[in-house]
Amino acid sequence: MTDLFYSDISTLNKGLDSKSFSAVELMQSVIDRTDAVEAKINAFVDRDIEDALKQARASDERRARGENLGAFDGIPVGIKDILAVKDQSLRCASKVLEGYRSPYDATCITKLRNAGAVIWGRLNMDEFAMGSSTENSAYGVTANPWNLECIPGGSSGGSAAAVSAGEAIVSLGTDTGGSIRQPAALCGVVGMKPTYGLISRYGLVAFASSLDQVGPLSRSVKDSALLLEAITGHDPLDSTSLNQAKVDYSSALDATAKKKTLGVPKEFFQEGIDPEIKEAIEKAIDWYRSEGYAIEEISLPHSELCVPVYYIIATAEASSNLARFDGVRYSHRSKDAENILELFSKSRGEGFGEEVKRRIILGTYVLSSGYYDAYYLRAQKVRSLIRQDFEQAFTKVDAIITPTTPTPAFKRGEKSDDPLAMYLNDIYTISVNLAGLPALSLPVGMTQNNLPIGMQVIGKAFGEADILSIAHDFEINHGYKDMRPQI
Amino acid sequence: MKYEVVIGLEIHVQIKTKTKMFTAAPYHYGAEPNTLTDAVVLGLPGTLPVLNYEAIERCAKLGLMLGCEIAEVCKWDRKNYFYPDSPKNYQLTQNEQPLCIGGSVEIELPGAARNIQGEHRWVQLNRIHLEEDPGKLSHTAFDTLVDFNRAGVPLAEIVTEPDLYSSEEAVAFLNALRNLIVYTGISDCDMEKGQMRCDANVSLRLKGSEVLGTRTEMKNLNSISNVKASIEYEIKRQAKILDANESVIQETRRWDASKNTSFSLRSKEEAHDYRYFPDPDLMPVSMDRNRVDTMKKALSERPFDRQRRYQEKYSLPYTITSVLCADRELSDFFELALNYYDAPKAIANYIVNDLLRELSAHSEVGDSALSISDTKMKAESIAELVEVVESGLISKQIAKEVFTEMFVSGESPKVIIEKKDLSQNNDDSAIEALCLDAIANNPKAVAQYKEGNAKAINALKGPIMKATKGKANPATLDALLQKLIQASE
Repeated sequence: MTDLFYSDISTLNKGLDSKSFSAVELMQSVIDRTDAVEAKINAFVDRDIEDALKQARASDERRARGENLGAFDGIPVGIKDILAVKDQSLRCASKVLEGYRSPYDATCITKLRNAGAVIWGRLNMDEFAMGSSTENSAYGVTANPWNLECIPGGSSGGSAAAVSAGEAIVSLGTDTGGSIRQPAALCGVVGMKPTYGLISRYGLVAFASSLDQVGPLSRSVKDSALLLEAITGHDPLDSTSLNQAKVDYSSALDATAKKKTLGVPKEFFQEGIDPEIKEAIEKAIDWYRSEGYAIEEISLPHSELCVPVYYIIATAEASSNLARFDGVRYSHRSKDAENILELFSKSRGEGFGEEVKRRIILGTYVLSSGYYDAYYLRAQKVRSLIRQDFEQAFTKVDAIITPTTPTPAFKRGEKSDDPLAMYLNDIYTISVNLAGLPALSLPVGMTQNNLPIGMQVIGKAFGEADILSIAHDFEINHGYKDMRPQI
Repeated sequence: MKYEVVIGLEIHVQIKTKTKMFTAAPYHYGAEPNTLTDAVVLGLPGTLPVLNYEAIERCAKLGLMLGCEIAEVCKWDRKNYFYPDSPKNYQLTQNEQPLCIGGSVEIELPGAARNIQGEHRWVQLNRIHLEEDPGKLSHTAFDTLVDFNRAGVPLAEIVTEPDLYSSEEAVAFLNALRNLIVYTGISDCDMEKGQMRCDANVSLRLKGSEVLGTRTEMKNLNSISNVKASIEYEIKRQAKILDANESVIQETRRWDASKNTSFSLRSKEEAHDYRYFPDPDLMPVSMDRNRVDTMKKALSERPFDRQRRYQEKYSLPYTITSVLCADRELSDFFELALNYYDAPKAIANYIVNDLLRELSAHSEVGDSALSISDTKMKAESIAELVEVVESGLISKQIAKEVFTEMFVSGESPKVIIEKKDLSQNNDDSAIEALCLDAIANNPKAVAQYKEGNAKAINALKGPIMKATKGKANPATLDALLQKLIQASE
């Protein structure tokens, strides 16, 4: 039998139900694994081991009473440091929130607790989810388990690395421009950004409110489907959360995959793409064709505008969302402020990292009087065009296949001095957030340097079941799900 | 003065709701600091706003009362600025699309004398929009303290056009607006409790000029008398500048009521760039037209409409209606009493004179006058009192005693009269005997009466009223005395 920490949820459920092991033993296995590899990976910024074991014990007691809460009862779920967990630290990998603990649970955390999950640790990330490499963390960089010299992607780098390295069974990340899919691709795991509004954002510390979405990371498509099921549902505390009928994603995996029409946007295979990635995606497309899927070339003509539009809208919203970290109530307060203006500027100056400051300044600029129309308003118009591109495409196809990233994982420090090069890493994922659509990344190959390659499957709004089943079909016919990094 | 004054007002009114604008945290005035908060009010990381539909409905109702157009959609913008009373460092407000557009307020200008009705005029509004109240700062010698109880309270901002032309008009406007809002129940508009606050934009221009002069904005006006004083101060200040051929600087000023002066807060150049943009956390809500139409039909009567109705239908004088209609509770009470006994003038007189006197006499020193609902007073009792006076059961004199008693005990006049044996003595033979005694004992008064001094008869009435404890019917007594005096010749 494989190690507990590398098992999938169905296997773990069977084991827990048959009393082959207890939830505490499962949790201990994950804790031991984490202890063994964390010095190299640094996926976590905080771990409350006592609390995790306490939750696992409670799960065992429920099972002993015959009160099994379902697929997640006793399963350790790693949590990105941007989601509020009651009484746990909530720092968004920033010094500005040093010492802060959340007095409440995010709605997705409440749903996981109700499903019996063990809420496990605080996973590393780029500060306030701003970055694509997890190098912008105030609490150290996270390593890619496949190559410790390489970055794991970001901003949910901790979430992807932990799942890849066996430090969590599954994890939650957040995705504003690719922050789940990109690290999932670079770490060789599955990661999904659901349709905007499918999952409550209550308790997700806002970066860009109109783009942010919580989503699952896992080693298999099925585990992502299960985790997605557990956290969806309308939330009266989030006005942007939609009232959708609950879908049983995990049961729908095998049902309808065949004979779907897959669109391949020509704009995503032009300059800038690594040849190995291009080849891997084309090979995957060939496989789908051979399995009876219809493949159609499509066009998303406004794709090249995604990065500038994104960096206007996301930074504008961020400049306002991050204004609350002012040193007055709960965030870092400068010790040498002489007056209120200095309290604001020094506290923020000391608390925020460089990339966060860069984006706050950019966002403040694009919203300024005299610039608003030229930047923010125009960006919103282009955003509509990008959305229309997808609407147009989805009249012909059921899902769209693209690479997740233009390159595999790069070396630590390689792009940290070149923000634009870093921003271009999200070139294939950003448009999905701007259009509010669901998309996932799954491993479809390895480079010659043994780095994972991810493929993105984009769906129609609320088409999660479709893209999960398309991905599942590829996964069960290929061996990437069971590849493990040598750490 | 060679200048014409042009004034525009911005009035913030706290909308009375159980919970705050964007969360279920409650609000009421006077609670211990920072006890009426929650994670959303404090802007804790990860929290999101949720609309209070009751506040939107109440603001729309206010707009309809003021003749505004109601917007097709209710949407929200962020107004970004750093200030320690603002938990998120942005305020949710309606910049691009106010909930209510246009509208006007009927005002009454001061009359020639207090008891003479003044001219009425309609003052044009620009808009009414909704926003969230910030917290409250208290400055101590060493520190500044923040109380977030008030943060997130729904606030309607009513913006007039520059359509007021004197401090008196501004006062008339605020009184009319306050009365109207209190009528609707949307707010109590208690300025001392911060439920209504006012900023005034003042500019001067040469009489006859069509172009507006440079304006200043006066902040921190928390009473109507402050509004008046600050505008008058500002008119003098600007006139002095213009007289010296200098330019008024566009700026925001703060009124210091303790020193009766204002000082500059910031100039136009230092004005904030609020970086407004649509709030991505709140989806625009379309305003249901059927619901708006239903609300429109169900609007309550405006105070000035009510006053006109009283004057026309009941022929009540201005001195009565201006008191009665200034307080919805009083006029509602009046109308309730009318249902029991149709004597509008007498009932109105009891309410405006006797009831108001008792209300103020029974309120604690320093407190505002009691309201009717604080007492045991019933509308049917006033109606019944008028009825028993008119039927001759008791005199007006006795009625005063009965009134005082029924105000305290809440008992009906008939019960009080019965219990205290106050009904008028109409036993003519007994009164006749008393009258004959009085005539016999007061030859001087009788003689004066006969010489044509009609008032002399009062000297005879006194002892009779005393003997009957005031229960003799005054009209009967008059007639009887006259008859007996004639007969005594």
